[in-house]
Amino acid sequence: MSLGPYAPFIVTSYLAAALVAALLIGWIAIDYRNQKRRLRELEESGVVRRSGRSATES
Amino acid sequence: MTLIDLANPTGFRSLTARLLPFLAAATTILLLVGLYLSACAPDDYQQGATVKIMFIHVPNAWLSMFVWAVMTTSALGTLVWRHPLADVAAKTAAPIGASFTFLALVTGSLWGRPMWGAYWEWDARLTSVLILLLMYLGLIALWRAVEDPSRAARAAAVLTLAGAINLPIIKLSVDWWNTLHQPASVLRIGGPTLDRTFLVPLLVMASGFTLLFVTLHVAAMRTEILRRRVRALQMMQARGVSGEIGAAPRASQPA
Repeated sequence: MSLGPYAPFIVTSYLAAALVAALLIGWIAIDYRNQKRRLRELEESGVVRRSGRSATES
Repeated sequence: MTLIDLANPTGFRSLTARLLPFLAAATTILLLVGLYLSACAPDDYQQGATVKIMFIHVPNAWLSMFVWAVMTTSALGTLVWRHPLADVAAKTAAPIGASFTFLALVTGSLWGRPMWGAYWEWDARLTSVLILLLMYLGLIALWRAVEDPSRAARAAAVLTLAGAINLPIIKLSVDWWNTLHQPASVLRIGGPTLDRTFLVPLLVMASGFTLLFVTLHVAAMRTEILRRRVRALQMMQARGVSGEIGAAPRASQPA
């Protein structure tokens, strides 16, 4: 597959899309892990939901 | 599992926990197939290999508008039906929509330089999409500026509904004004004008990116539900602490 004289434009477009997708996935995964950790810490310190269920369940 | 269960954040989390791995797998497969078909697509007789940028640019441009349409539906859910997940959906869609809009602008620029001789032109299509990006950023800022999620949700819903007027302007800008941007060649009355050799990879990539949005959106909604539980527990904790502080002096007063 030859991309011709405009290869840098084509490759940069695909790399930009890959980078932004990777950043989004990473950000959401890290944010999820952080919220899970904060919930666990709160529950361990004795703060529980009124229903008595674990906030991290499901 | 019924639709009513989906209105319950715990029910939503339990359903999506099972659904997410399948969504992620389907997204990966579809994007890989789309990339393969894009790589195999022939060069255009006028644009040469730069036509391959279309397979990235067009799905992102479509999604930039689609995500705002999703947020508009969520805004109605917040203001009219007060659905408990509507503002969660709207809030979490904004950064993803902003990313797709940013990518549509960047890849459009990279396509424009070899084809038009310029990275940027202040024409109707490009300018209206830039305004869409600024509106996404404004919404994200609004969500971060207002601490109470329910107050932020109402303000953001009104802004989202007002911003929806930009969607037909973006879509029809190429028909209403003279622009460098080409008119619609896929979603048009009379059917696509694009040849099948380009249309098939484009539709597969568009489906892949749409599934990517659904997967990321569901994952971000699950995180947002957790964030609100953290906030609720922190408020309970703060009330408990302030209650103890308030009660202590009274208990220590002499009889």
